[in-house]
Amino acid sequence: MSLTFKKQGVLPGFSLTLGFTVLYLCLIVLIPLSATFLKAATLGWEGFWSVITQPRVLASYRLTFGASLAGASINAVFGLLVAWVLVRYEFPGKGLIDALVDLPFALPTAVAGISLATLYSSKGWIGKLLMPYGIKIAYTPLGIVVALTFIGLPFVVRTVQPILEEFEAELEEAAASLGASRRQTFTRVILPALAPGLLTGFALAFARAVGEYGSVIFIAGNIPMVSEITPLLIITKLEQYDYAGATALAVSMLLVSFLLLLAINALQRWSELRKA
Amino acid sequence: MSAIPHVFHSRPVQVHTHARTEPLWVRWLLTCLALLFLLGFLFLPLAVVFSQAFSKGAPVFWEALTEENALLAARLTLITALIAVPLNMIFGLAAAWCIAKFQFPGKSLLITLIDLPFSVSPVVAGLIYVLMFGLQGWLGPWLQTHDIKLIFAVPGIVLATIFVTFPFVARELIPLMQAQGTEEEEAALVLGASGWQTFRHVTLPNIRWGLLYGVILCNARAMGEFGAVSVVSGHIRGMTNTLPLHVEILYNEYNSAAAFAVASLLACLALVTLAAKTFLEWRLMRDATPTDATS
Repeated sequence: MSLTFKKQGVLPGFSLTLGFTVLYLCLIVLIPLSATFLKAATLGWEGFWSVITQPRVLASYRLTFGASLAGASINAVFGLLVAWVLVRYEFPGKGLIDALVDLPFALPTAVAGISLATLYSSKGWIGKLLMPYGIKIAYTPLGIVVALTFIGLPFVVRTVQPILEEFEAELEEAAASLGASRRQTFTRVILPALAPGLLTGFALAFARAVGEYGSVIFIAGNIPMVSEITPLLIITKLEQYDYAGATALAVSMLLVSFLLLLAINALQRWSELRKA
Repeated sequence: MSAIPHVFHSRPVQVHTHARTEPLWVRWLLTCLALLFLLGFLFLPLAVVFSQAFSKGAPVFWEALTEENALLAARLTLITALIAVPLNMIFGLAAAWCIAKFQFPGKSLLITLIDLPFSVSPVVAGLIYVLMFGLQGWLGPWLQTHDIKLIFAVPGIVLATIFVTFPFVARELIPLMQAQGTEEEEAALVLGASGWQTFRHVTLPNIRWGLLYGVILCNARAMGEFGAVSVVSGHIRGMTNTLPLHVEILYNEYNSAAAFAVASLLACLALVTLAAKTFLEWRLMRDATPTDATS
């Protein structure tokens, strides 16, 4: 080991910065996370399983993953559209709109939550328009999809946009000169090139949506079995001093997040390979 | 230079424009669809915040912002950000230095672990500290006998905020410093500069825009965090209430105008963040293409 470090050249500060990095990482992230897994281990497999298979918990999983999937899918379609329009077309205010796409990253989730709940409630600007058709969005599972679409919006746009910007004109020109229609060029040449980025953006939006809390709870209605997401159920269990239940739920969510993180890393490596 | 190809290759240029765009009506339709989507999911939600904030007039708006609990919440939000952001900045600098400037085994694992907090639900981020330091937690009994309160108190809020903003500075600096390599630092050291001087006068000027970028994003999240802070705060008014939690309390009391007044303050912070971010992205682009900047 020490031999490999000796070859570093003249730059100082390696042990100091690495030591600090690892220490800080352990104190803030790794030890608290491990403590949570240890706490869950004290429940035993039976205890863990009995918590995460309660009907109310299963209903919350179905809702959380279903709504996240719906939100990420909406973002895959419209995020691609927004990225396309921003890269390919000219229209007034484009620069401003481009900058505003990142708003869901910057706007505190509680602000997004109360604002979406107001906008899509039966008295809100959009909710009012949909009322005559019998469509209710706020305080139904549909509202959760709206909130999750909002917070996932930048992911797809920001992963697809750079690929579109660097897309080589020659490929499209070749397709066109070989007699492909515009639609064929899009589905057979452009879309396959965008696929890894699109899928990465979709996965990022999905991963973010699964854990989301702040923007959802105001618009959800939070009725057990109907519109109660898993993160809210964790808080409910904590407030009832059911620490074991909350821990089991948290660990199940952590495992899902880690799996998603691995999937996203693999997707990103695939995109890099495609680019090279 | 650029005019010559047009003269000699007028046909390919024709193909170029035809092959890479759609009929006018398709362009119109797609643009309108995209803008309609953004209207419902982006512009109107933002507009609602400001319209609701002033729905009961300017005096109510002003009252909501200057009321004692709002000021105390603002103070706690500022204190939290003032502790969390510098700590994560120092961490980001240290992590980027060892990862970008040196080779060592386990590096990619370290990078993955640094990114980990981004994939953890904010609620779980709060919970892990409750399980560590809460009364039922591992260190709970010890902390109680020594009369130290971390959970449902300010330290818990700061810890949860540090966790959720943990990767911001590091993940901005690592690729930037990797791209810059080590030649400039090595030259400074060979010329007799000390390690600290090299960092201050060579590395820091090279990474200042990227560092600022990370710090601004880190700050926006630190001031706006809701889920993680909500779990550890205990919602004690005037004591452990940050601005986003204050918004929640007001909203749940059906005091919508006041809730949106405070929310509009946070929305302004988001807009300032976006403006600064756009400016810094432009600066970073310019720095990345030095030939353009000098001409």
